[in-house]
Amino acid sequence: MSHFPLWKIVVVALATLLGVTFAAPNLLTREQADHLPSWLQPVSLGLDLQGGSYLLLEVDTGYVVREQLSALVESVRTLLRKEKLKYADLGAKGDQVIVRIIDAEDRDKAKDLLRKLDPDAALEARDDGSMVLKYSVEAVKRRKLSAIEQSLEIVRRRIDELGTREPSIQRQGEDRIVVQLPGVKDPDRIKALLGKTAKLTFHMLDDSTSPEEALKGRVPPGSMVLPSAEQGRGMPENYVVRKRVDVGGDMLVDSKATYSDGRPVVSFRFNAAGAKKFGDTTRESSGKFLAIVLDDKVISAPRINEPILGGSGIISGSFTVAQAQDLSLLLRAGALPAPLQVLEERTVGPDLGADSIRAGTVASLLGLALVIVLMVTIYGTLGLLADMSLMLNLLLLLASLSFLGATLTLPGIAGIVLTMGMAVDANVLIYERMREEQRNGRTIMSAMQAGYDRAFGTIFDAHVTTLVAGALLFQFGSGPVRGFAVTLTLGLLASLFTAVLVNRMLVFSWVKWRRLKTLPLS
Amino acid sequence: MRLIERLLPHGTNYDFIRYRLFAFGVTAVLIIGSLTSIAVKGFNFGIDFAGGILIEAQTTDGPANLHAMRNSLGELNLGEISLQEFGKTGRDVMIRVQRQDGAEKAQMDALVKVKETLGAGYSYRRVEIVGPKVGGELVRDGVLAVALSLLAIALYVWFRFEWQFGVGALISTFHDVITTFGLFSITGLEFNLTTVAAILTIAGYSVNDTVVEYDRVRENLRKYKSMSLYDLLNLAVNETLARTILTVSTVFVTVLALLFFGGEVLRGFSIAMLWGLIIGTYSSVYVAMPMLVYFNLRTGKERAADEQAEAEANQAP
Repeated sequence: MSHFPLWKIVVVALATLLGVTFAAPNLLTREQADHLPSWLQPVSLGLDLQGGSYLLLEVDTGYVVREQLSALVESVRTLLRKEKLKYADLGAKGDQVIVRIIDAEDRDKAKDLLRKLDPDAALEARDDGSMVLKYSVEAVKRRKLSAIEQSLEIVRRRIDELGTREPSIQRQGEDRIVVQLPGVKDPDRIKALLGKTAKLTFHMLDDSTSPEEALKGRVPPGSMVLPSAEQGRGMPENYVVRKRVDVGGDMLVDSKATYSDGRPVVSFRFNAAGAKKFGDTTRESSGKFLAIVLDDKVISAPRINEPILGGSGIISGSFTVAQAQDLSLLLRAGALPAPLQVLEERTVGPDLGADSIRAGTVASLLGLALVIVLMVTIYGTLGLLADMSLMLNLLLLLASLSFLGATLTLPGIAGIVLTMGMAVDANVLIYERMREEQRNGRTIMSAMQAGYDRAFGTIFDAHVTTLVAGALLFQFGSGPVRGFAVTLTLGLLASLFTAVLVNRMLVFSWVKWRRLKTLPLS
Repeated sequence: MRLIERLLPHGTNYDFIRYRLFAFGVTAVLIIGSLTSIAVKGFNFGIDFAGGILIEAQTTDGPANLHAMRNSLGELNLGEISLQEFGKTGRDVMIRVQRQDGAEKAQMDALVKVKETLGAGYSYRRVEIVGPKVGGELVRDGVLAVALSLLAIALYVWFRFEWQFGVGALISTFHDVITTFGLFSITGLEFNLTTVAAILTIAGYSVNDTVVEYDRVRENLRKYKSMSLYDLLNLAVNETLARTILTVSTVFVTVLALLFFGGEVLRGFSIAMLWGLIIGTYSSVYVAMPMLVYFNLRTGKERAADEQAEAEANQAP
């Protein structure tokens, strides 16, 4: 075998060995494969093949910024009241908080205090006594970023609570979250759970006025009107509650769905700080009403009969069992810093996935069979050798998909089928070239040499141009289409190796073994 | 005579380039027809781009009653709803609901309404919702991907060959892409994400084909210094003819396998690929090659010889 340096033979043998090794797990069942190490796994199937749900969520970062501003308004109010400084026109306007200090002699003091209020907010004092607080661009960015990361964590916790098999939750781009849930047939419950921010707060009812009065526009300062979560059923439609949050859901450590008097309720437990705060509130306001507010809706507003010191309690609304379970799940997982919006949903049932796998398999096998027959019909043994290179190509493709942890989708299978048609093109180019060179009077060895050498430039150029299309498809494609780009690209790369190098070894060895004087090509 | 000789001709001497004016006419008709249809009729955009809801429902027993479904869904006032039966059992129905006005939330609400109206008795094999925001982004990404790949391919050909070849490859690939768009517009086939994948693959395949022939032209330019460009191009097409036939056949059978056995999801993709295979082969021979006749690939004396040979060829009966 003087034609082939040892290293080439070693490379081909090694590639084949690796190909067999990494492709082999695909023959196993799911249970058998679970025993294998993580680097030796069958190719993972896309949601369109195994069934499941894909959700693209967007974090409403605008909400976070608005929240940040209204929190700043409240802390300005608290500060100025505490310091007994007279002010007017306090509010958020655009991306800034404005307040006017009435007495000219208070202004320097106010300026000093406001400047220290929040290091991220820059203060600008105007001549008419207005103070303008504005968050720096970095601070806003930081706030958004942390909201996105927190959302990611909460989404993960909520989905983990549901016990879904192998969910994948990833951040995408600036403010998006991709949730992939294999095997989930109906994502409605998950969407409903993710659609709630689940911000739980406890407020005192404002009993100085009635909801009817307040709705006419006479809301006492520092209070707000909130609707009832459950309309009708003898509950008031609206409540007037104090804006001040007495205890927040962020201090919860546990929550469970349980029963009280035979009705489903949600029990909760505060951490130490929360328990103390809750104890203080309930002691100070005995006999008053405490509104339990979830996402700006009042679930219930029970009367505080006695101080609750143990740090735990129950929420009893008019829940069904499922509602109580969902609420306790949401409270356990924590509140989202901002509402999430579902931008895109794609759900494939497991039976359609199975149908697609079947269709894809039939199409691939049939395509392969047709190509093999065609090549053998035209080129005889040389065609068979090209078919062998093609099989190795497919083996390497499957192995690299498995090794890289790429996802096989239905369009991905189409990519494999197309690769078969295009990979043999390289061999066709080579064989046709050899045929031509032989007709031009070259000897068999020289014709073969020329065939491979001259065809290579063409094959290379042709591959690169298709690879360019594949790379761009990967860059701009999404979901299943990306799977197509991956298989097409890997298949073409593999064909540069198999259709040229491996095929060349096969053909030269065969010619030597059969001691051929001419190529059976014309 | 061996089978290969009968199936794959060699040493042929067909005068392909002679029909170039006729071919340019065909090309012009194809392109103008495509552009007109795109401008007048537009595309039947799938929900990937238009936004909206797609539901593949299957009745749990008995064939689907499309009439009843259409009536009850029509009462929801969700705008245009199309129902389409497919498959052999008569139980599968594809439901398409147009994009709802308003933000993303409106799409989700519409889905809930549709499911409630249909009630029990259906299993949902596939549900897709694309909101307006994502739809717009997918359109932008698709356009960008197609435009950039055309450009990148042309640049690569320019870099590997002369600029004339780059222009030729760009125009012939552009031709394939436009006529594939045209095919989708004229037939009203659903235009979705896999269509974009098909178009890029067609672009890749078509250039692949063009490069093979250009490569031969370049080789012959060096080999036959005195041959007229006209004959030289013809020679290149004839020399690569066997390869063209065989490669088209292998890709053709694989695409046929996809078309008939790949299932509903891949149908549009397979049709596009089939078209692309035909148009890509045509354009390599009849768009990319004859264009080189009009480019100045040689200089001075050689060019004069070219023109003379061409004139003679045109006079020949």
